[in-house]
Amino acid sequence: MFSQTAAITGINIRSIPERWAPSLVIVIGLAGVVAVFTALLAMSTGFSSTLQAAGRKDVAIILRGGSDAEINSGLGREEGDIIRQMPGIRAGADGRPIASAETMIIAELLRNKDAKDAANITVRGVEPDAFVLRPKLKITAGRNFTPGLRELIVGRGVAHQFEGAAMGSTVRMRGSDWTVVGVFESGDANESELWTDINIARTTFVRTGESSVRVALDGADGFDKLKGALSADPRLTVDAKVEQDYFSGQTRDFRRTIGVLAGVVTFIMALGAVFAALNSMYAAVAARGKEIATLRAIGFGGLPVLVSVMIEALLLALVGGLLGAVAAYVLFNNMTVSTMGQNFTQVVFNFKVTPELVVRGLVISIVIGMIGGLLPAIRAARLPVTTGLREL
Amino acid sequence: MTKTGFVVANLFRKKTRTILTVLSVIMAFLLFGLLQSLNSVFNSGADFVGATRLMTQARVSFTQALPLSMVPKLEAVPGVARVAYSQWFGGVWQENTQIFTFAVDPQRYHDAYAEWVMPEEQWQAFEQTRTSMVAGKMLADKYGWKIGQKIPLSSNIYPQKGGSKSWAFDLVGIYDGKDDNWRKQTNAVFINHDYFDEANLFGKGRTNFYILKLAPGTDAAQVSKTVDAMFENSPDETKTQTEKDFNLSFVKQIGDIGLIVRWILFAVFFTLLLVVGNTMAQSVRERVPELAVLKTLGFTDGSVLGFVLAEAVALCLVGGVVGLVLATLLGAMVEQATGGQFRLQVDGVIWAIGIGAILVMSFAVGLLPALRARSLKIVDALAGR
Repeated sequence: MFSQTAAITGINIRSIPERWAPSLVIVIGLAGVVAVFTALLAMSTGFSSTLQAAGRKDVAIILRGGSDAEINSGLGREEGDIIRQMPGIRAGADGRPIASAETMIIAELLRNKDAKDAANITVRGVEPDAFVLRPKLKITAGRNFTPGLRELIVGRGVAHQFEGAAMGSTVRMRGSDWTVVGVFESGDANESELWTDINIARTTFVRTGESSVRVALDGADGFDKLKGALSADPRLTVDAKVEQDYFSGQTRDFRRTIGVLAGVVTFIMALGAVFAALNSMYAAVAARGKEIATLRAIGFGGLPVLVSVMIEALLLALVGGLLGAVAAYVLFNNMTVSTMGQNFTQVVFNFKVTPELVVRGLVISIVIGMIGGLLPAIRAARLPVTTGLREL
Repeated sequence: MTKTGFVVANLFRKKTRTILTVLSVIMAFLLFGLLQSLNSVFNSGADFVGATRLMTQARVSFTQALPLSMVPKLEAVPGVARVAYSQWFGGVWQENTQIFTFAVDPQRYHDAYAEWVMPEEQWQAFEQTRTSMVAGKMLADKYGWKIGQKIPLSSNIYPQKGGSKSWAFDLVGIYDGKDDNWRKQTNAVFINHDYFDEANLFGKGRTNFYILKLAPGTDAAQVSKTVDAMFENSPDETKTQTEKDFNLSFVKQIGDIGLIVRWILFAVFFTLLLVVGNTMAQSVRERVPELAVLKTLGFTDGSVLGFVLAEAVALCLVGGVVGLVLATLLGAMVEQATGGQFRLQVDGVIWAIGIGAILVMSFAVGLLPALRARSLKIVDALAGR
């Protein structure tokens, strides 16, 4: 039986070039499905990993109680000072707790190639420890801002995607000019921001306190100690979160939305592709009715015929799926886009076509190939020999 | 047999193939309709909003509040008929449901927005009750709010003086829209700005947006220039734009998704073109001898071309229209299910584009086989060459 199947499959596959048009329908149809599926999920993956990479396990972020995102949060300066003295915070080389009070302001910048509509960009006022708390962040061009001066350093993502934020340019905010003196890279969501000294941000934007305080955690139980102490202090109503959890929480809505979109679009397209595959395989089987009947007449069994048709469909589906995955990779991988994050500001991120996504795409294409091949294969195997031979 | 009958009979000769082809066309146009309506959300914004109102916000960003002391200055600008203001409250209902909540001056807001319809005594109650709130009809229906109830809303931004972020307001009115478009927008809550400003812990006398209602015949661009020039180089620089552009700028924040949608459409159409095109080509190929017989019987080259083309048009038209109908229904269902938050409207414009796409597609897939049928040489075709 195995040799029979192999023989028929061999004939089938060798004859594909002679009837390439219907085969191409399956291949292209599935390439389309897999490309769309992979591209959409690559967007979701890229967004999530950019945000998640920004969060560390050994850093906690403290916000005003119930505010969820930094944009909604606000702490007084005294509260910030109380927070710094809490247990569970790691001390730096100078013996003082590593902590950075940060204030978040939104500025509008024009998207590249879009003359009219501005997008919201985070401007973050930080204390010196902010750089200790984000060890991945490196200034790659220019220099750091000077405290007390209206100087900004700009994340690589912002510098690429938005106009007027390149090195040396001037950003106008609240009646004052700010000079971009450096560019930084971090490979995560921080690259979507502009940074400056918190004190100059406070005076310019009339903020007395800060949006959040980030602290370095001391050891594995640091967070529990800190959280316990914060909730026990009657002077404070704040929420503390491990930074990584804070960022993971922000990706949930986006992942869900894109997940639903990808699901619906892929489902509808997959149905279309199933119909197309059925069509092509029926045509392929019909075109070879005589040939199949001849094989049956000289002693080939029904099952090998069925299996060989299935193998052909699966093979075409797999080729299509691979083609789609490659197309998605070439067109979309590392494509830089930006969208709105939880803070109502832009998050710049890259599409990420991961091996896992490719495998999922291929599984989809194989399933479609199986459905598309099964019915025609059954018809081929059931075709009475006499009818098949009589057909023109 | 009529020509139409002939075309139909040909279509049904290979039932499975015709049905499968039509089904894939249906799927393609179902996607087309849904994605186009999604796309139009990103591109057109709310067209029904007239240009009679301008929105003024802080130039840095609307999250930076502007002082209320700007009101008299704005009122003095020629062409401005009424100045209203509104402050984003960050309302949250129960655990985690965000509600569009704005603190407004009731009288001013009423004057600026004639589109919101509410009985006069409710407008008065809104103005005179300190802790008042009015809710859109859609919202009130959704949560079963009744006039006279005390509605607890918390703010994810503003604590009260005592530090608590739980607020409560008396529902004194439920507003509706003046027409269908506005009725679909009644998903916001308005609260009394005076009370908000007094009870709120931070930032006295400020607001996020000014709404400038223009006198009839005023040049909107001129007013917006005048306003922005007035506050230039002050700590509160402004950006003034029409209400439509303002609404659009919110949608634009979502960014590059529109681009992705266009890529998907492209992929779907490319796929579809191949599927249907191939099916048509195949059915012509199989019928070469028949077409030759037709020509022998005296049918002209042109009418043979017509037969083949008509088949393509019929396939695409049936599939396309069914697909668009499905998309319309599904879009309406999504809108219903999300309580109007997510508007997927397959409207007249999308139908027009869809029909256009159907026609273009029919010719794209039908023309090559049709031309081939036309140029058939009878002798060669009958001989099977």
